[in-house]
Amino acid sequence: MQTIIDQYKTIIREAAEHKIPLQIRGGGTKYFYGSSPIEQSNLWLDATAYNGIIDYEPTELVITARAGTCLADLEAALDQHGQMLAFEPPHFGAAATLGGCVAAGLSGPRRAAAGSVRDFVLGVRLLDGKGEDLHFGGQVMKNVAGYDVSRLMVGSMGTLGVLLEVSLKVLPKPVAEITLCMEMNEAMAIEKMNQWAGKPLPISATCYTGGELFLRLSGAESAVRAAQLKLGGEELGEGGAFWQSVREQTHDFFQSGKPLWRLSIKSTTPGLPLSGLQLIEWSGSLRWLIGNAGINAKTIRTTAKDAGGHATLFRNHESYIPVFHPLDPGMMKIHRALKEKFDPSGIFNPGRLYPEI
Amino acid sequence: MSPQELVNSLRSFLPAEAVLHETEDLKPYECDGLSAYRQLPMIVVLPRNEEQIAKILQLCYATKTPVVARGAGTGLSGGALPHAQGVLLSLAKLNQIIAVDSLARTARVQPGVRNLAISEAVRPYGLYYAPDPSSQIACSIGGNVAENSGGVHCLKYGLTVHNILKLRVLTIGGECLEIGGESLDSAGYDLLALMTGSEGMLGIVTEITVKLIPIPEKAQLVMAAFDDVQKAGNAVANVIGAGIIPAGMEMMDKITIHAVEEFLHAGYDLDAEAILLCESDGSTEEVADEIQRIYAIMQQSGATKISTSRNEAERLSFWAGRKAAFPAAGRVSPDYYCMDGTIPRKHLADVLRGIEKLSQQYGLRCMNVFHAGDGNLHPLILYDANQPGELEKTEEFGGKILEMCIHSGGTITGEHGVGMEKINQMCEQFGAGELEMFHAVKAAFDPVGLLNPGKAVPALHRCAELGAMHVHRGEEKFAELPRF
Ligand SMILES: Cc1cc2nc3c(=O)[nH]c(=O)nc-3n(C[C@H](O)[C@H](O)[C@H](O)COP(=O)(O)OP(=O)(O)OC[C@H]3O[C@@H](n4cnc5c(N)ncnc54)[C@H](O)[C@@H]3O)c2cc1C
Repeated sequence: MQTIIDQYKTIIREAAEHKIPLQIRGGGTKYFYGSSPIEQSNLWLDATAYNGIIDYEPTELVITARAGTCLADLEAALDQHGQMLAFEPPHFGAAATLGGCVAAGLSGPRRAAAGSVRDFVLGVRLLDGKGEDLHFGGQVMKNVAGYDVSRLMVGSMGTLGVLLEVSLKVLPKPVAEITLCMEMNEAMAIEKMNQWAGKPLPISATCYTGGELFLRLSGAESAVRAAQLKLGGEELGEGGAFWQSVREQTHDFFQSGKPLWRLSIKSTTPGLPLSGLQLIEWSGSLRWLIGNAGINAKTIRTTAKDAGGHATLFRNHESYIPVFHPLDPGMMKIHRALKEKFDPSGIFNPGRLYPEI
Repeated sequence: MSPQELVNSLRSFLPAEAVLHETEDLKPYECDGLSAYRQLPMIVVLPRNEEQIAKILQLCYATKTPVVARGAGTGLSGGALPHAQGVLLSLAKLNQIIAVDSLARTARVQPGVRNLAISEAVRPYGLYYAPDPSSQIACSIGGNVAENSGGVHCLKYGLTVHNILKLRVLTIGGECLEIGGESLDSAGYDLLALMTGSEGMLGIVTEITVKLIPIPEKAQLVMAAFDDVQKAGNAVANVIGAGIIPAGMEMMDKITIHAVEEFLHAGYDLDAEAILLCESDGSTEEVADEIQRIYAIMQQSGATKISTSRNEAERLSFWAGRKAAFPAAGRVSPDYYCMDGTIPRKHLADVLRGIEKLSQQYGLRCMNVFHAGDGNLHPLILYDANQPGELEKTEEFGGKILEMCIHSGGTITGEHGVGMEKINQMCEQFGAGELEMFHAVKAAFDPVGLLNPGKAVPALHRCAELGAMHVHRGEEKFAELPRF
């Protein structure tokens, strides 16, 4: 495995020396996500080569694996011990890797209840733009030595370094899980999702689509049943399959082929005045939008910003629209300074996040 | 600019009483909770709002004056230790809860608001702010953000970083950054994570939006005694291996149990080698289910005595002993020295045996209390500073413990921060490459290096000796607060 790291270092140093953009390729399942690199480059690094679980002890609630590890293999290993990645990362394909999951920073249905990718990252090992092998964080839950560079990597789209290894906190799978379904209008659904999130109820996921609110309850059998009595609604037989389809975007809603917007906003924001189809997750703080013809990016972004958040053009984007929400100049200055430090020659996935970095 | 000129400039936009420079007025600010390190600042400023802070920073930036932020000054690593040629920026007067949104479960607060004040303000809505450092009646939320503070409930509910949504931050140039959002994530790099735990090195936090969560319906505690530390350690692993994430999981060793019992008469089993406190919270059904399982696991793990709290008063009395561990140490020994390492839990028994061996080797007793669920140890080395050479021996002993933490795959600080105190140990935990990157991160926010200079990340040439928290016979600061 050390030879692979040495190979990575050689590629990085060569790219840095000639200032040639270097594409970091994992399983390729999230190519659709993010901007296309400004300069298409022939030089790429196969991040799947460095793979395998390094250390996993279920009673520690920590797993450490190489970034090229297949996400499905990693989840299967956890499953054998009744544990899971509680942020339920979408795979978007069988080849998805741990490194891609962390770099894209996407979380699934359980996010509002359990936390996101970054909440579970405990440590990383990475190669920076000079090919230096660096370790940040560690394999323990509490660690305040040094700045939290590990979490900085989450969602950085490979623009700061080549992830080599990642340590994650894992959690036990709930004993019981059921899905409830109830018909209601959008305004009522948004209100209910928020009200219930403020009550001690074992709600682990919410989704509003097609006039129906879906709730997943997780925990001890007795607790789940007691909550079901309080909440009412109808129990869905194929609950697991439903949440899987939302997580992996195989649900009908996502099949339009039209631009798909992801609005991450304040959870109590009323139904958005944007024409098109919407699907709501995360107790109201995640709104997926398939806009009707004529709706423009500016309107969508202003709406998201006014609602305390941001909008991403998630799928099927047109090249002239920036994928990620533009940053204020002050924030961009910090982003550029960080990029400059981690990747002085500007070789890692340039333009994948923002043109400036 | 001379100190007097700087005072005059500050007074051009701040009321006279908000700019202190007479020695007697500076005295209360000379140290934080780590009183072994003392330093008078040149000037103390007490702004009331963000606008004033921005002006202070602009002035300091223009005159190249170092700035040290201070919340409540309860930090235990010298993070708020003043700079002799610098301005100490107290956030204490920014103490307003600006807005509570009970439906969205958020509160927007100023940095000087006390941690507990948030939970008190939102209790009528059935909500609370989860991270609960033992210092919560005194420490400020701004300080919590700067240290990424935890509490006894953080295995289940997370640290500060997991419970905040948004920050307003002023850079040393006085520029305002909005980091994070009212949404659960934000565009670009995760600067919210980078700011959390940055010990006042990157910017001044002027406003925080925190997440609030529902108060659990019920909480109950199991107390289990063991005749062997290893068995207690295994019991912790067994609880977690059974798929239970306890709300709190704390352990005390024999010497702690005796010290506490003498002090408090909490009813702890004096024959025990270790006592575990394991708390469950949630809905009534969930707690009933979990407590039953925890009880059975303690039995199977070889507990010699198990009690379950029957009511709220009993639950609190079981906790009282754990919370009295530090004052108890102050009673059985003239001085104690507190460490804050974290280790992977599987090495618990080994590390404890190692500490025991060192304790014999150095002829110094050591009490062990720790957040067993997440492996955060607080060994307290008992010593007498009046015995010549004993302090030096203690520091060496402490250094060996931290080395053990690093070698077992852990860290030198779980929750108290590096500050001034552990600056040397940073050299042991990190290589030059990582330290250089930390300096680079600092420079991205504060290129001139005016915010809290000399703390948190050692200059590359610096190394060696180990620092510590020294407490002399009950003279510690904040003696009235429960300990950890
Ligand atoms: C009795 C006792 C018990 C404790 N128990 C715990 C515990 O259980 N868990 C735990 O984690 N800690 C604990 N601590 C440590 C301490 O209370 C925490 O570190 C706390 O977060 C410090 O808050 P403060 O307001 O006192 O900060 P200060 O001590 O004033 O400052 C701490 C650091 O934060 C910086 N800072 C403060 N405010 C700002 C701001 N607005 N912007 C930027 N930087 C800022 C300072 O420069 C300094 O580096 C305990 C301390 C005591 C004395």
